[in-house]
Amino acid sequence: MSTPPIIEVKDVRKAYGEKVAVDDVSFAMPPDAILGMLGPNGAGKTSLIRMITTITAPDAGEIFFRGEPLSGYHPTQIGYLPEERGLYKKMYVGEQLLYLARLKGLDKKTAEAQAREWLGKFNLEDQWSKKVEELSKGMQQQVQFIATVIHDPKLLILDEPFSGLDPVNATRMRTEILRLKEQGTGVIFSTHRMEQVEELCEYIVLINQGKNILEGKVSDIRRKFQDDKFHLEFEGDLPPGLAGQYELINPTPSGVDIHLRPDQKANDLLRYLLDHNVHIVGFQELLPSLNEVFIKQVTQLDPTNTNPFDSAEA
Amino acid sequence: MNNLWLVIKREYITRVRRKSFILATLLTPLGMAVFFVAVQFIFSYENDEVNRIAVVDDGDVFAGPIPDEKGLFFKFVDKDVETLKAEVLGAEEGAYDAVLHIPVVKNPRARDFRIEYFSDEPMSLDMEIAIKRRVEKAMRNYKIGQLELDKTALKALDTDVEIRSKKITVAEGENEDTSMAGVVGAGLGTIMGFMMYLSIFIYGMMVMRSVMEEKMNRIVEVVISSVKPTTLLLGKIVGVGAVGLTQVLAWMILIPGVIFLVTIFFGFDADAAQQMPQNPDIDPEEMQTMVEQVMAGVMEMNWWVIIPCFIIYFLGGYFMYAALFAAVGSAMGDDLGEGQSLTIPITIPVILALYIMMAAIQAPNSSLAVWSSFIPLFAPIVMPARLPFEPPVWQIIGSLVVVITFSGAMVWLAGRIYRVGILNYGKKSSLRDMGRWLFSKY
Repeated sequence: MSTPPIIEVKDVRKAYGEKVAVDDVSFAMPPDAILGMLGPNGAGKTSLIRMITTITAPDAGEIFFRGEPLSGYHPTQIGYLPEERGLYKKMYVGEQLLYLARLKGLDKKTAEAQAREWLGKFNLEDQWSKKVEELSKGMQQQVQFIATVIHDPKLLILDEPFSGLDPVNATRMRTEILRLKEQGTGVIFSTHRMEQVEELCEYIVLINQGKNILEGKVSDIRRKFQDDKFHLEFEGDLPPGLAGQYELINPTPSGVDIHLRPDQKANDLLRYLLDHNVHIVGFQELLPSLNEVFIKQVTQLDPTNTNPFDSAEA
Repeated sequence: MNNLWLVIKREYITRVRRKSFILATLLTPLGMAVFFVAVQFIFSYENDEVNRIAVVDDGDVFAGPIPDEKGLFFKFVDKDVETLKAEVLGAEEGAYDAVLHIPVVKNPRARDFRIEYFSDEPMSLDMEIAIKRRVEKAMRNYKIGQLELDKTALKALDTDVEIRSKKITVAEGENEDTSMAGVVGAGLGTIMGFMMYLSIFIYGMMVMRSVMEEKMNRIVEVVISSVKPTTLLLGKIVGVGAVGLTQVLAWMILIPGVIFLVTIFFGFDADAAQQMPQNPDIDPEEMQTMVEQVMAGVMEMNWWVIIPCFIIYFLGGYFMYAALFAAVGSAMGDDLGEGQSLTIPITIPVILALYIMMAAIQAPNSSLAVWSSFIPLFAPIVMPARLPFEPPVWQIIGSLVVVITFSGAMVWLAGRIYRVGILNYGKKSSLRDMGRWLFSKY
């Protein structure tokens, strides 16, 4: 890589008393990419994130930001939206955005300009002099988001960003994030709801029980875990012999999943269907969802683990 | 450093412009003024009443006229009691309000003497005191005459003992006259001790609430991604301290100011002295000297030492307790009621210190007072109270060192607890948890 990874985590370890929250985790994130940090609740994602945002420090290992060892100067280039988030209820919107922006290193003039610009984007200019508690919940969430990005960070870290958001705000945030990525901002999503970030992430890191169990480009991983499954959509009837030749899953009057055996090829199946005059409406490869990837990976690493999503042992 | 200043500013401005702050700062002096006026009013109202008392002095106990006071007039009347009683009931224009019957003195050596007061209204306490005093004084003179005692010899019986207190110093020249120092010192010491006590409670708890508020509305994690937790903590303590200082300064200006305006406006200054029930025994000249001596005592106080030391104790005491309150605040969960018990270990030393302070005023150099001046949690309240009594210099210095060091240490320790506690959302943490956090590496 010509440019250093925006974040590089090397053998990082963090324990809280007896409990090891982050267990020798390493990964690297290319710049202006969208990375998903996925894993069940209690897996250690937030602990890891807090180390990247310099809120806490690792017991062992190192973290690099854009090639430099992580230091107290870097938070001004990082935007952080924590899972448990909120604002000062009794402060005015504009004043609060200014305060948070200035804490991130912006001077007064720039902070004010940025605040007004962002509020304008969300049609919230009129809320400048209102107290946060006077705003609707949706508006408060928007203000919260603005506070996270107002200082033009190089890296955005969003912990469970969609929790509590109504669909309108969720879509808005999605749009803004994609736009920021276009402008060169790196984004880390952390969530246990993998389906929420499926379409967004280019890279993923799977965390389970404090360990990095899988990382890489989403397309590569999906391909690696692909299961030779295909989805067929059709009209009319299927040839009776089909079930004997191929493994059919979830048949409905208009669609069916077909699982190819190792020796079977997709093109042969298509030829078979065409030969038997099946009216094909659609035919596509079924790639595993990240959920399925996760479960597969966990069980692969630990066949005895019957409950992969139960990371938080009492 | 810049971030620290931003935090201090925010803590200060958001508090000072709150309605509750403005109201409290303005209403307290106003309230005191209203109270002041009301008291004056009550006194004067009572004395608007005019009571004219007809005195029937059968045995000529009174050698001369009875001294009147505002609202109370005595007149010797040469009628019999029954007629006068009827007049009182008749309530004609200019009639008397009461009849005082002083019978003949049967035995000048008797210790008891009963007189009668007739009226259609009950006798007020003030009147009872006024009448009693006059009659007792008259009786004294009467008995002196009847028993043919030497008046001048009797006068010599009562001796007014005055203690002249002088300080022994190494320096040449006359010893300082410290007569009034005791009284003034006690007053000053009490005031300073109480000020410390109240400040610690009011502003210490304000810090705690600030910590809890940030935790509860979940903004704290956003803030500490930009600011170190210890910086945030320090900014909070300083910011709230500035709010406290502002309020105290405002009161120091407003309270005397309002009282001054009120006395001018209502013209009570000169009359106030007359409103008080007259006590014929107190010599107005004596009062004057007493006031002068108090002023002298105030002047004598070692202000060059007292004021700077008080300021240092004020800051040190506030910082150490504010830090403790902050640490406790960070351990609170979302349920406000549960965490109240955590504040007890802090409030107990404060209250104890108050009691020790009151004892120290009586005995400024007792071992209790001396030892407590070196116990960090007690010193900021106890030592200022001792300052007017000129404790030994080494004690002052030692105590200051202890307070300054301890408050610095407390802020540091509180920081370690605070930075772990604020991210522990939901349930309240126990004292043991807090102890663990002290040692956790962050």
